[in-house]
Amino acid sequence: MREATLVPEMTLIESVRETLRMEMRRDPDIFMLGEDIGPRGGVFLASEGFVDEFGEGRIMNTPLAESSIIGIALGAAVNGMRPVAEIQFADFVWPAINQLVGEAARVRYGTNGGKFAPMTVRVPYGGGVRGGLYHSQSIEVLFAHTPGLQVIAPATPWDARGLLRSAIRSNDPTVFLEHKRTYRLVRGEAPDREYTEPIGKADVKRAGSDVTLVTYGLMLHYSLQAAEMVSQSDGIETEVVDLRTLRPIDGETILDSVSQTGRAMIVQEDTGAVSVSSEVAAIIASEGFFDLDAPVNRVTAPEIPPMPFSPLQEAEYMPSPEKIAASIRRLAEV
Amino acid sequence: MSESPSDIAVEAELSLPSGLTRERLLGAYKTMCLSRVLDVRIWTLNRQGKAAIAASAQGHEAAQLGTVLATDPTRDRYLIYYRQLTAMLALGTTPTEMLMQFLARDGEILSAARQFPLHGAHPRVDLFSFSNVVGTQLPQAVGVALADKMKGRDAVTISFFGDGAASQGDCHEAMNFAGIHKVPVVFLCENNRYAISVPLEQQMPVDSIASRASSYGIPGIEVDGTDVVATYEAVKEAVDRARSGGGASLVELRVERLLPHTTDDDHTRYRSKEDIERIASMDPLPITEAMLKRQGILDQATDDEFKEWARREVDDATDEAEATPFPPVGDMYEKVLESDAGGNSRA
Repeated sequence: MREATLVPEMTLIESVRETLRMEMRRDPDIFMLGEDIGPRGGVFLASEGFVDEFGEGRIMNTPLAESSIIGIALGAAVNGMRPVAEIQFADFVWPAINQLVGEAARVRYGTNGGKFAPMTVRVPYGGGVRGGLYHSQSIEVLFAHTPGLQVIAPATPWDARGLLRSAIRSNDPTVFLEHKRTYRLVRGEAPDREYTEPIGKADVKRAGSDVTLVTYGLMLHYSLQAAEMVSQSDGIETEVVDLRTLRPIDGETILDSVSQTGRAMIVQEDTGAVSVSSEVAAIIASEGFFDLDAPVNRVTAPEIPPMPFSPLQEAEYMPSPEKIAASIRRLAEV
Repeated sequence: MSESPSDIAVEAELSLPSGLTRERLLGAYKTMCLSRVLDVRIWTLNRQGKAAIAASAQGHEAAQLGTVLATDPTRDRYLIYYRQLTAMLALGTTPTEMLMQFLARDGEILSAARQFPLHGAHPRVDLFSFSNVVGTQLPQAVGVALADKMKGRDAVTISFFGDGAASQGDCHEAMNFAGIHKVPVVFLCENNRYAISVPLEQQMPVDSIASRASSYGIPGIEVDGTDVVATYEAVKEAVDRARSGGGASLVELRVERLLPHTTDDDHTRYRSKEDIERIASMDPLPITEAMLKRQGILDQATDDEFKEWARREVDDATDEAEATPFPPVGDMYEKVLESDAGGNSRA
């Protein structure tokens, strides 16, 4: 996908902002709604300066009422608009679950295609930001479990641009998860042109022949660090598969990699029980079993409510490059 | 309703509001007759084990007809809920199309029989209902109306709901946003005083839902929903206001639910015998019939003709719907996503 020509590097939040700006300029049916997205530019500045360019009619500050943010976006979507709603923090999405999981996801199916909802819900999520119990949550599982939704979780500015554009142009409701810790931590190339990345396709971010590591979001970067660590210290070569889309999950790319390495592990920030890693493990177990030389391994958060505010406890909660590296070594030795 | 000479004199002075002709009123009464016969038939089909579930519109007919009369189906939009049988007929749905919903037959127009009756999207009128979770349609209706406002279209969105839905947070959120942004929506509450079995006084500490409108900076009005003309007048004013850029309104139509909540309910468990006997006097069918006769709009021969026509229509529709097969099993896998590739597993 990447072109040989050098393109400017930008942070992930910049890639989100510039994609939103380009899409808003391209299509007058796109409008944004959410808390503090107006003159404030959103708490993460995803819409910084947008009111000046697009006006309050297309950059709508809403009351603090998440259910209606999604319900109103849904109504506008079925009536010809292409709304992009922002849920300020993933932890605040729960009041909107009914409108998103109960309603938006079922619109096309429940009307036999008579109505559909081209809407994107941007949700900053994830921890490691001293966010405590209510500014740290990983909320992807419930959405990834829901037929009728698409769930995207990019980890790089390139993918954020290509996938956000695909989400906005899609005619189905899409939850677009942006890891808060990656917003300014992660820089990368992301050109100012109208490229898209396909929804539902994983991407091999590092080639390797010994272990397949499946991950997404912030954990991609920790996993890539861990892969370099074990390569240098132990000569173990890890193939890192970035899921990028959590619904539908790209089983084919995962299984192709596992068939080469014979060893598989999944790294996620979320708690492990009944999670994305459970699903990936199930795909590998049911369709890649005879390629396996070792049991599937998982690195996840402990089974406590995410996540403690206190710094030592937060660090203990989060998977780290060191923990991931240790897990790769154990798997490679089996 | 008494029929004393003084009443007749008062009624004779009733001038019809703008846009409501004698012919339209008579047509609405004909639809009311059809709705009642169909409603009774659906209940019977349930008792015969053929219709899995039904919510009756009996008691709500005049409210729904007065509302539809005040709108323009060629450009307005309707977010209904499950008790809108009469409104569906008034908007041009045929009895066969209605029975196909209740019997879940192949070719059912709203959802291909995936959903409960009265849920899905209508192919000819912009009418839809996604959910059984009451109140969800209220913010959705605000979004629909917001899109029309953004596009500069003159459509008005009617969002039907009941007194039960009025307790949902979505109700507050929707009205609040509609008030702030002056979106062209009419919140149309059919208040029958019962959320299944929970009476109004256990749902809210006040007797009026319309009184909440002041909290949202929008007009609110309470109307006798058994009176088709009064309903028309109130809704027409709200629709005209929305269409001319005046924003949202809340119209509360006071009605009685003549039957239990659904075919699965038994209202004798929670309503007194006296109460059930009393609400029979609030039946909009005889009320409307008497009003039209006093006004000289309806005569007995026409009334008999309407009721006979309704029976024939419903008999024919029943035969047609019952002769239609269920949808093929394979159809259930279609239209999840545009790409129809939404499965999370690789199956």
